Amino acid sequence: MNAFIKRYEGLWLFTRSPAAIIAAVVALLSIIGAAFAPFIAPVNPYDLASFSLMDGLLPPVWESFGNSKFLLGTDDQGRDIVSSILYGARLSLIIGLSAMTIAAVLGVGLGLASGYYGGRFDMIVMRIADIQLALPAILTALLIDGIARGILPSEIQQDLRVTVLTLAIALSLWVNFARTARASTFVQMQKEYVQAAIIMGQHPIRVMFVHILPNILGPLLVIMTVDLASAILLEATLSFLGIGLPADSPSLGTLIRIGMQFMLSGEWWILWIPTLFLVALVVSINILGDFLRDVFNPRLR
Amino acid sequence: MAYFILKRLIQSVFVMIAVAFLAFSLFRFVGDPITQMTGVETSIEDQERLRENLGLNDPFVMQFARFTSDMLQGDFGYSYRTRQPVGEMISSRVPATLELGVVALIISLLVGIPAGVFTALRPRGFATQTILMTTLVGVSIPTFVIGIMLIFLFGVQLGWLPTFGRGGTIQIGGWNSSLFTIDGWRALLLPAITLGVYQLTLTMRLVRAEMMEVLRSDYIRFGMARGVPMRSLYFKHALANTMVPVITIIGLQFGGVIAFSIVTESVFQWPGMGLLFLESIRFVDIPVMGVYLVVIAFFFVLVNLIVDLLYAAIDPRLRVKDTA
Amino acid sequence: MLNVENLTVQFPSRFGDITAIEDVAMAIAPGEVHGLVGESGAGKSTVGAAIIGLLQAPGLVAHGQMTLAGTDLRNLTPIEAHDMRGKRISMIFQDPQTSLNPLMRVEYQLVETIQAHEDISAKDARARAVNILEEIGIQNASERINAYPHQFSGGMRQRVVIALALCTNPELIIADEPTTALDVAVQSQVLDLIKELAFDRKIGFMLITHDIGVIAQVADRVSVMRNGRILESGSTGQVLGAPQHPYTQALLDSVPPLDRKIDRFRVPEEADGSSRNDAGDHAEGWLLEGVQQEKVGLKIENLRVAFPGVRTSLWRKPDAFTALHDISLNVKPGSILGLVGESGSGKSTLAKAITGLVNPTAGHIGLGGEILPPGKSRTRDHPSRQIVQMIFQDPFSSLNPRHQIGVILSEPLWLYGLVTDGQERRELAAAMLDLVGMASDAIDKYPHQFSGGQRQRIAVARALLARPRFLICDEPTSALDVSIQAEILNLLKNLQSKFGLTILFISHNLAVVRQMADDVVVLRNGRIEEFGQTQDVYQNPKSEYMRELLELTPILPVT
Repeated sequence: MNAFIKRYEGLWLFTRSPAAIIAAVVALLSIIGAAFAPFIAPVNPYDLASFSLMDGLLPPVWESFGNSKFLLGTDDQGRDIVSSILYGARLSLIIGLSAMTIAAVLGVGLGLASGYYGGRFDMIVMRIADIQLALPAILTALLIDGIARGILPSEIQQDLRVTVLTLAIALSLWVNFARTARASTFVQMQKEYVQAAIIMGQHPIRVMFVHILPNILGPLLVIMTVDLASAILLEATLSFLGIGLPADSPSLGTLIRIGMQFMLSGEWWILWIPTLFLVALVVSINILGDFLRDVFNPRLR
Repeated sequence: MAYFILKRLIQSVFVMIAVAFLAFSLFRFVGDPITQMTGVETSIEDQERLRENLGLNDPFVMQFARFTSDMLQGDFGYSYRTRQPVGEMISSRVPATLELGVVALIISLLVGIPAGVFTALRPRGFATQTILMTTLVGVSIPTFVIGIMLIFLFGVQLGWLPTFGRGGTIQIGGWNSSLFTIDGWRALLLPAITLGVYQLTLTMRLVRAEMMEVLRSDYIRFGMARGVPMRSLYFKHALANTMVPVITIIGLQFGGVIAFSIVTESVFQWPGMGLLFLESIRFVDIPVMGVYLVVIAFFFVLVNLIVDLLYAAIDPRLRVKDTA
Repeated sequence: MLNVENLTVQFPSRFGDITAIEDVAMAIAPGEVHGLVGESGAGKSTVGAAIIGLLQAPGLVAHGQMTLAGTDLRNLTPIEAHDMRGKRISMIFQDPQTSLNPLMRVEYQLVETIQAHEDISAKDARARAVNILEEIGIQNASERINAYPHQFSGGMRQRVVIALALCTNPELIIADEPTTALDVAVQSQVLDLIKELAFDRKIGFMLITHDIGVIAQVADRVSVMRNGRILESGSTGQVLGAPQHPYTQALLDSVPPLDRKIDRFRVPEEADGSSRNDAGDHAEGWLLEGVQQEKVGLKIENLRVAFPGVRTSLWRKPDAFTALHDISLNVKPGSILGLVGESGSGKSTLAKAITGLVNPTAGHIGLGGEILPPGKSRTRDHPSRQIVQMIFQDPFSSLNPRHQIGVILSEPLWLYGLVTDGQERRELAAAMLDLVGMASDAIDKYPHQFSGGQRQRIAVARALLARPRFLICDEPTSALDVSIQAEILNLLKNLQSKFGLTILFISHNLAVVRQMADDVVVLRNGRIEEFGQTQDVYQNPKSEYMRELLELTPILPVT
């Protein structure tokens, strides 16, 4: 077992870094909790029938007036905080992961092609990236959202919220992938195994995806974790601003916004528990990202 | 060198045109301007007449040209919501956002750069590990949470600083500034710190990574082999080489600062452009959205251009041609 | 003056302590140029780093003594050690480009170094710096001192580096591969400079290199290193003329002579690896089937390749850069043509033109009688794709690090439709490995598990699996150690004669080309300086350029 760990340097470093282990555990638990929310959570907070105003504003179970049915208390509508967090995290993760995946596929594809073909194609892609960069992430997300609001008829707006949000976030993240993939591809194009493949007459798609892509995965993996964290934060921010998910199917950001109203009146749990959860989740992802970055860059150790 | 400047200039103009095009498409295709401006009572014929008068039936390119020339002359159209000229609405908010952004940026640089250098020079110290952990957490906390926490701590619990709004402003020319009164600064402090924290962590990590990379280079090693004093190696040789790529990133960060100001302004109810933009989204006030877009892009492009010029001024490899 | 005894350096790692060098002993007198020669990984740089106190973390000196004119180098405090660097010992590195701070003028870097060790005014320091620059051969020193590093050419830059090491008057200078990155002519000048400085200023030099020719030209005494140990040491004449240790002998045997052609290099048995067995015969038979076709030759006529210039100025249109001017050459079927040229001569461009990576601006290339479609217009399924195969210079980048050897080798087989069954491909690939002298179980391994020489063999196997008729070898051994080079050259010679391949052998190393080529073409700045049969060109060069190259190439004294 020991020998096995030592052989894979990444694994060995992992076991040496307590931060990485804790982060991985937290992230894993959060993800499992979120994924299985429908099975784990006591109630479904999105189901309007499952809660009642009478249970509203109950504190966590360890305070006086706490109710063991609601371990972490309830919000003003009577929704169970535990369930809300689990479902909310689930939504955040779904949106975050989807957005990140779309951004990755789009960005890496364009970056690879840019690096491979160079010339005109590269110039065009880079100009588009420049424009995208001139509009910071939040702005892009807000804009897409605003446009969707303007274009789509109001009936289907609610249903499409998640899709619109995901697309908006994905569009603000793809540039990162594209630029990294492009830069790495340029480096690989100078390597002789690529030249050998081209000289032999292999198809460009094969050269890009079978030869080059496996060799540029390192930095891309790091970007994936960073962007996943960004996506989650972005979604939370948008929800907080009121532009994201609506109040009846809340994500962590919405919960925080609701909680802010009660900051001064003493019902602290509505604000701080979702906040803590969100921060823990994102911190874990970032630690893993940092860890990956160190693994792939041996010189920084 | 002149060629380089010209190339960058052209690129910037290109980006601006593209953004203007986006904004224009927003105007034209999202919702119907006519129905926004008139009410239900206006007859169809009147609406048609209005459409004709405003030139909305003209070919696309012509409308775009008109749009751009209007913008260049300072005519930004009228808000759907308030019926005020958008230009006035936005320019009245610019000082608030700009001051906030600049102060936040300064805070992030003043703290971030030294912190980055320090952690690069002492990679294994306890202080370094603490700083790294803190910044890691800092990068993971959304800006609005930081804002809320600061409000809670300093505003609610300790009661030292105001929690919303922009106190104590003074008019200088057309510019409404909060930098000249104590009250103004007290109101500015929390939002600026909130906005600056994220930038700070990014700057610090960047400076650290760059510096560690530079410290590994051959010329530093050669310097050590020649017995050049370590202080000189660190702070003259290494730092200078580190700053070069850092400067470009700072340019990008300024854009981030302006963007994140939206969130901070929302949390603190700071009357800047960001808050205006948020409201315009809520009400689908297209004209304001579009112009905001163009203004932000303009700032961004301008800052980047300046940064590029700075870059060229500093790196002799770009300034002086090789002679063999 | 410098005395080293029992020096051992270790690097702690997660696998235990790795010993980089062990029991190293060395002595250098003032004014002596002492060569430290060995192949890559021998530990030569570690010796230098240990002496000057700049071992890369986590290395540490485990045992031994080092003294410099009485000062114990091992027991210095960090401050004392740093003070001594530059003042008494200095070090210069291989790559002059990265050794100088690109943002600072040369003057600043020189003055700063001088002032670090002496209490002297900036004006005086500058004057001294200018003197040194002139002394080492930089003209117009008082003007050029204001320039930035990137404004100097490679050779000049290395002189600046030497000036920096010299300006504090050290007793010992450690030079780690100082001429490896330079062209032959420049290398010769720098080596002469080092010799002069040693003689005039009585500075001791530790000259670390893998090139025995360099040692022969310039070193007074030499130590031979291998695997972290010093195997032999003595005066240059004695060690090179009558080596005691078998490794030294093997090393000398591997160096290709410049003055005559030997049939095969003498290589020690153990270095070769596995011996041939039946599997290799299978590959051989398969390849011989392809020999039924006749041998092909390559004919290039009036080839011209120009690249559009890069715009740097607003006003002037950029000049086109012509890499190749009017090149005509003929590779006779079944022979080896050597292409000799220094960096910038255009030899890589020529290889790219033949393989279709660049578009020629004029002229054509004919393969076996048919004109090749030029550059990008050549389709991917053109027969020349199979017939012409290439072996590259860098064995560390010519194999895809993420593919298994078996996958890499099978590519040409299915790409050209040579073998349709997957299992058969695998067997043939394994057989080919055996043919090139590798163990067949390499099939399932990854490139990083092999050494440079082994990877180059794999590259040869890959080329052969396309059943080529024409091979382009682009500096195939330049990145390899001398003894490995000998093996690979032997391999190529064997394959060529057995399978009737036509080879274009590109190299900057005159001696290697002498050994491999039947005919030779000398390229300079995109033009052909000279061509003809190898023997003629080498013994009676007609062009000034070739004559100079031959003179300046460091050679071993004939035993």
